[in-house]
Amino acid sequence: MALLEIENLSVKFPSKTAVMHAVDGVSLSLDAGDVLGIVGESGSGKSVTMMALMGLVSFPGEVTADKLRFDGHDLLKLSANARAKLTGKDVAMIFQDPTTSLNPCFTVGYQLAETLKLHMGLDSKAARKRSIELLEQVGIPAPESRLNVFPHQMSGGMNQRVMIAMAISCSPKLLIADEPTTALDVTIQAQILDLLRTLQKDLNMALVLITHNMGVVSEMAQRVAVMYAGQIMETRSAHDIFEAPQHPYTEALLAAMPERSDGAARLATIPGMVPGLNDRPVGCLFAPRCTYANNHCRTDRPELREWQDGMVRCHYPLPGVKP
Amino acid sequence: MSLPDKTIEASAAPVVVARDLKQVYKISRGVMHPADHLQAVSGVSFTVLPGKTLAVVGESGCGKSTLARMVSLIEVPTSGELTLDGVDVVKASAAERHTLRRTVQLVFQNPFGSLNPRKKIGAILEAPLEINTTLDAKARAEQARAMLALVGLRPEHYDRYPHMFSGGQRQRIAIARALMLKPALIVADEPVSALDVSIQAQVLNLLADLQQELGLAYLFISHDLGVVRHIAHDVLVMYLGHAVEQGDKKTIFAQPLHPYTQALLASTPGIVGAGAPRKRIVLSGELPSPLNPPGGCVFSTRCPHVTAQCHNARPVLRELAGRQVACHLAEQFT
Amino acid sequence: MTTLADTPALIEPPHRLREFWDYFSTNKGAVTGLVIVLGVLLMAAFAPWIAPYSPNDTDPSVFLTPPAWQAGGSSAHWLGTDAIGRDILSRLIHGARLSLAIGLAVVVLSVLAGTVLGLTAGYFRGVFEVAVMRLMDIILTLPSLLLAIVIVAILGPGLMNAMLAVAVVVLPHYVRITRAAVITEMSRDYVTAARMNGAGHLRLMFNEVLPNCTAPLIVQASLGISSAILDAAALGFLGLGAQPPSPEWGTMLADAREFVLRAWWVVTFPGLAILITVLAFNLLGDGLRDAFDPKLKR
Repeated sequence: MALLEIENLSVKFPSKTAVMHAVDGVSLSLDAGDVLGIVGESGSGKSVTMMALMGLVSFPGEVTADKLRFDGHDLLKLSANARAKLTGKDVAMIFQDPTTSLNPCFTVGYQLAETLKLHMGLDSKAARKRSIELLEQVGIPAPESRLNVFPHQMSGGMNQRVMIAMAISCSPKLLIADEPTTALDVTIQAQILDLLRTLQKDLNMALVLITHNMGVVSEMAQRVAVMYAGQIMETRSAHDIFEAPQHPYTEALLAAMPERSDGAARLATIPGMVPGLNDRPVGCLFAPRCTYANNHCRTDRPELREWQDGMVRCHYPLPGVKP
Repeated sequence: MSLPDKTIEASAAPVVVARDLKQVYKISRGVMHPADHLQAVSGVSFTVLPGKTLAVVGESGCGKSTLARMVSLIEVPTSGELTLDGVDVVKASAAERHTLRRTVQLVFQNPFGSLNPRKKIGAILEAPLEINTTLDAKARAEQARAMLALVGLRPEHYDRYPHMFSGGQRQRIAIARALMLKPALIVADEPVSALDVSIQAQVLNLLADLQQELGLAYLFISHDLGVVRHIAHDVLVMYLGHAVEQGDKKTIFAQPLHPYTQALLASTPGIVGAGAPRKRIVLSGELPSPLNPPGGCVFSTRCPHVTAQCHNARPVLRELAGRQVACHLAEQFT
Repeated sequence: MTTLADTPALIEPPHRLREFWDYFSTNKGAVTGLVIVLGVLLMAAFAPWIAPYSPNDTDPSVFLTPPAWQAGGSSAHWLGTDAIGRDILSRLIHGARLSLAIGLAVVVLSVLAGTVLGLTAGYFRGVFEVAVMRLMDIILTLPSLLLAIVIVAILGPGLMNAMLAVAVVVLPHYVRITRAAVITEMSRDYVTAARMNGAGHLRLMFNEVLPNCTAPLIVQASLGISSAILDAAALGFLGLGAQPPSPEWGTMLADAREFVLRAWWVVTFPGLAILITVLAFNLLGDGLRDAFDPKLKR
């Protein structure tokens, strides 16, 4: 049985002029111990998808889904309290900016102990002992001395490790990492990614890695989902998606990367802009910017369907084979 | 508007020459203690020719932003020589420095903070002309509109406010503003770091096109080695205020000799066929505090190849294998 | 060259005033406040034509008449008359002019002085800033009404001096707000860019920095009108502000002190007028602050 099953998840934000489709018909599934990478640019809805899963989307956002199951529980049917209990313990989330994700008014030790006391029912002494163990596990030297330190007294890399320690403190089944290394230096990023990989293996956690950095995803993930304007455009194994992308957007995204420019003076760009609130296309969302689009693409929106060991949302997946 | 076509000769005079630039900040520790000295930049030297890009690479705390501020005349170096278009900046009078503003301009990292939200784009672009030239309103507006077209924006954008534009468009506006006084050198401080990949590609293309058309020199600050590899001609790698390796881009990327450069290149996630284990060099520890730099080589606390000599003696930048490197052990990597 | 196709035509977003009104109008209290303020403004503007009598017309034959709906009252004087037969309704309407004039004059004075002081303090920093802010701190430590009384005692009682006193008393609030906003703005990249392009001090201060500091000032100013009206009324009540026979609401209260039990209407209506006007300005100020706050933008 899959650990996480999401079917047709949508998040809408109604406003005076139009409805904003932040997430539009996203379907994902994840087994225990899997590593899934969700890639997309700004406005693709990748963060909002996971926030909807965690129940963090507040008014006026509306969350709808055909299926939203975690570990056998139907999240759509649980009360807010029961859901918080379940997701608080078995699902953990770490965010982009470690300095603002940790509460600046409380020490590191206090924040770690808080999670342990709440979800694991430990008393102060046991919580302190476990906190030191966790800090060691995430590679913080001299952990006892860090318990009484405030977040602003430590560097970004250290704070991110503390965040990870808090996240794994309850041995979650699923860890969602939303751009965990974007705010960090490259060498620190390498350390944090290594840490995540080690922890994922040791604790057999499922890991969802949300990022705009294709390089990070290529190193960490087994499967990759590419999102654009709230929809999933392609889901495939990490190896295949980089060697042979099936969706024109994935191909264009890879072509725009400087690492893949092969010494050419100019980079390939994607003309046009991501659809905004008022100009959401009727047909395929990427059609206005796609080099291969024809009238069929512009009038009929493609469904996400199975295609060669993955899923793709395109009438004419590359290399130009008609369905 | 016709812009002068600058043909670049091989023997063209360099736009900027820096020799042993140093920047030291005094951090006050109250009345009772002597002030701390923060060595932000310690002895950096380089040259940039017209039509060329020097990329300054390093992580936070390496001093690259301070270097950018010195070269763009926001700060005066504590010591060293800085020559812009033949004029010595450190010795220049205030009036001379005033005219030097037309030679160098700065493009900032954050597209959402570099444009005044209360001013229209037209006003933002005309401001440098208002302050520094005697053109009348009509001429200024003409130049502003021409510049908008040059960076790929529409004429109707002249009357809009910044919040109506996306990050990529704002960077174009920032670049347009930097070009208004027709500078010879543009200092770009992480200009594409905050942009999505596809937008980043557009802005990088724009910068490349402008460099070719106008013969601009770029001092390009970045931490993203993928971008640096694409856009730079020369590279300067900095660590804790020191230049650890510098020279031609192709030479350095093909065979980095300094352990820090090697670690930077190895840490940059690239697409090498997913899952294939890259030769990973994961550095241990964290950046030392610039208030208390290590004696000897500044990289000695984290270097995987450190020896006793590295702790005792600070390596000097020297010529080796076609570039300059500051490492006692550089020979073993050739 | 980068194609123009990369930058599609911008969809014209709603005009800023329209957007502002959309946020503002969702707050019913704020709209009520705005309506009342406008009503008071109109009342003040057209006072000579609206008021049934002149505020200084005395008619000893009808002194202390109750309001029209009470026994003994008449429709000739809707809100009754005071001890020397002046129509209270007319005095209230004319008093609106005075109260609004006081409120606006005080706010204009203190905003101008406060903005300049705060702007220069936040821009130049150093010893000047320390001197200005400590002076403001001293003003703040003294109880505001007491300080106003002292100033008026020195200058002599009268409306102009009362306004000056109140302006000095509220000055620190504007200085602090402006200085805080200026310090935030100075760290922004566009100020650095302007400075790099050779902008001088005056241009940086008034052209680049100040326009971005107006939002908190507008909010404080609208709240400041209400407290200015209150302070002036307090001074008037103490006999230090507008002098009788001026129909300023606070002065009216002072005249009516002895009639609290005998003729409640002489005290209550000026008091209500102050209450409603001050409340209206407060609601308006709250609404403005919420409408300007970007974090509340949905």
